[in-house]
Amino acid sequence: MTALMTSPTRRRPSGAAPAGDSGRRGRLAVSRALLWPALATSIVLTQIPFLLTIYYSLQSWNMLRPGDRGFAGLDNYVSVLRDGSFLSSLGATVAVTGSAVVASTLLGMLFAVLLDRKFVGRGVARTLMITPFLVMPAAAALIWKWSILDAATGMANWGLGLVGLPPVAWNTELPMLTIILVLTWQYTPFVMLILLAGLQAQDKDVLEAAAVDGAGALRTFGEITLPHLRQYVEIAVLLASIMLLQVFDPIAIMTRGTGGTKTLSYLLYERAFVGLEVGEAAAYGVMTVLVTIVVASVALRTLFKVFSKEGIDR
Amino acid sequence: MTSSRLRGALITAVTWVLVLMFFFPVAWMVFTAFKPEHQAATSPPTFAPDLTLDRFGAVFDRDMLPYLINSFSASLGSTLLVLALAIPAAYALSIRPVTNVRDALFFFISTRFMPVAASIIPVYLLLQSVGGLDNITWLTILYVGVNLPIAVWMMRSFLAEVPREVIEAAQLDGARLGTEIFRVVLPIVLPGVAAAGLICFIFAWNEFFLANLLTAQVARPTPPFLTSFVDGRGQFLAVLSAAATVAIVPVVLAGWIAQKQLVRGLAMGAIK
Repeated sequence: MTALMTSPTRRRPSGAAPAGDSGRRGRLAVSRALLWPALATSIVLTQIPFLLTIYYSLQSWNMLRPGDRGFAGLDNYVSVLRDGSFLSSLGATVAVTGSAVVASTLLGMLFAVLLDRKFVGRGVARTLMITPFLVMPAAAALIWKWSILDAATGMANWGLGLVGLPPVAWNTELPMLTIILVLTWQYTPFVMLILLAGLQAQDKDVLEAAAVDGAGALRTFGEITLPHLRQYVEIAVLLASIMLLQVFDPIAIMTRGTGGTKTLSYLLYERAFVGLEVGEAAAYGVMTVLVTIVVASVALRTLFKVFSKEGIDR
Repeated sequence: MTSSRLRGALITAVTWVLVLMFFFPVAWMVFTAFKPEHQAATSPPTFAPDLTLDRFGAVFDRDMLPYLINSFSASLGSTLLVLALAIPAAYALSIRPVTNVRDALFFFISTRFMPVAASIIPVYLLLQSVGGLDNITWLTILYVGVNLPIAVWMMRSFLAEVPREVIEAAQLDGARLGTEIFRVVLPIVLPGVAAAGLICFIFAWNEFFLANLLTAQVARPTPPFLTSFVDGRGQFLAVLSAAATVAIVPVVLAGWIAQKQLVRGLAMGAIK
C-alpha cells in the first residue's frame, strides 16, 4: 500500500518519453516470459491434436484393421458428404442449438425483467433461479428423464393430469423435445444472469426522465431498455450458441442419438469410439470445427466490438 | 395508487410461481433422495413419504466416495494449474506491454470455442499408446486445456481495472516483478482470482464427455458414475436422486455463495 501512497509524487509524468529502447525490449522479454507458459500449454493441448485430426482425416484407418492404414486423400470427406448422416446430424445440431438458444433467450429475458424489480425475497429468488446452470448436466439429464418426464411416474404427466390433459410419452415419442427442454432449463439462468447485469448497468436517470415525461412502462422498455440490452443479448446468444453447439451429455444420457437427436458431437463419438473408424471420424471432427468456426467468428467479432468500446487496447 | 400496488403484488406472485416452477426439478430431486425406494417412483407421486437417510447410505455402499475424490482432485488440481498459468499471462496481456494483445487473446478464446471434436481422437489414441487412459493426472491436464482460456479472459478483465498509477508507482519504487505481482497487483484482484477459480472448478466438476471417454474404473469421476445408478431390473429413482444430490451439492453451494462473481466469469469477463 505504500506504493499507492507515494504514487502521486513519484509518478512518471504522463506523455513523458518512454523508457529507452533496451529497457523497452527488456520489458517485452519479461512479458513474453509471462505469457509463454500459458500459450505453450494451450498449443500443446488443443492445436497439435487438431493438426493430428486433420492428418488422420486424410487417412484410411479403422482400428479393427490396424494393418490396413494408408493415405486416402479426400476419400473420408467424400464419404462423409455422401453419407446422409452428416447432413441429418447437421440439421439436428442446428435444430437443437437453435431451439434451445431461442427459448433460453426469451425465458432468460422474462426472468431478468421480473427479477430486476424490487420485491420480497428477490435475493432468494435469484439464487434459486441460477441453480439449474450449476447442476451437473449429467445429473440434470438423469433427473429430467427418470423423475420429471417418465411416462408413468413422471411429475410432468402428473401436472398435465391435474389440469385434465392426457399423459405424454416424452422419452419415447418426443426425444427431441426432451433434449431441448433440459437444455433450455439449464441455459435460461445463464442468459438471465447476463441480461440482469445489463439491466443493472442501465442509467437510472434516463428511466426516471422517461417516467417524468409520461412514457408508459411498456414504451420505456421497448424504446430505452431493449436497445440498451442489445449488446448483452448478443453476448448471451453467442456464448450460449457456442456452448450448445458442442452439447453431448443429455444426448448421450437421454436419447443416445435416437429420434433425430444425433448431433454432430454425438455422431463423431459414435463413429470414432463405437465404429472405430478413425479416418472417417476425424473427417467428421474437421467438418464440425468448420461449422463451429462460422458461428464462432461471428461471436468473436461481436465480443471484440464490445471490448473495443471499453478500451481493450489501452 | 392501490391499483398499481395490486398490480405490483400480482407481478410478484407470478414471478414467484415461475421461479418455483423452474427450481422444482432440483427440489423434487432432493425430496426424492429422502424417500424409501418403493415410494420414489409412484403414480400418483407420494407427497408424504416415510423420510429416510437410507438411500444416501446405499449411495456410499456402492462406493461413491472414490468417484467424488477423483472429481475433486481433477477439479482442484486443474483449477490451481490454470490459475498458475493464467494469472501471469493475463498480467502480461493487460498490464505489461505485449505487442500482439489482440492476437494472443483471439488465440486463447478460439481454443475455447473449438469443439472437443477437433482434438478428441488424437488425444484418445495418444493416451492409449502411452497407457494414459483411466488416469486422473491426464484428465486433470486435459481440463487445464479446457479451462485455461476462460481464466485468461476473466483475469484480463479484472486486471484491466487495476489503476495504472498503482503499478507504475511500484515499478518506479524499484519493485521487482515478483513483488509487483504478489504484493501490489494480486491483493487488488483477489476477488477476481477467486471467481475465475470457482468457474474453472465448476466446469471441471461437471464435465462429462472427457470423463466418460477417457476413464474406466480407477480414475472415473462422478458424472459418468451417476449413469450407473439407472438400473433396468428394479426401482432406482430414490438412490439415483440421492447420488445426484450428493454430486451437485458442492458446486451448487459454491455457486450460490459466489453468484455475484459468477456472471462475469460466465460471460468471459465481457460484462462487469
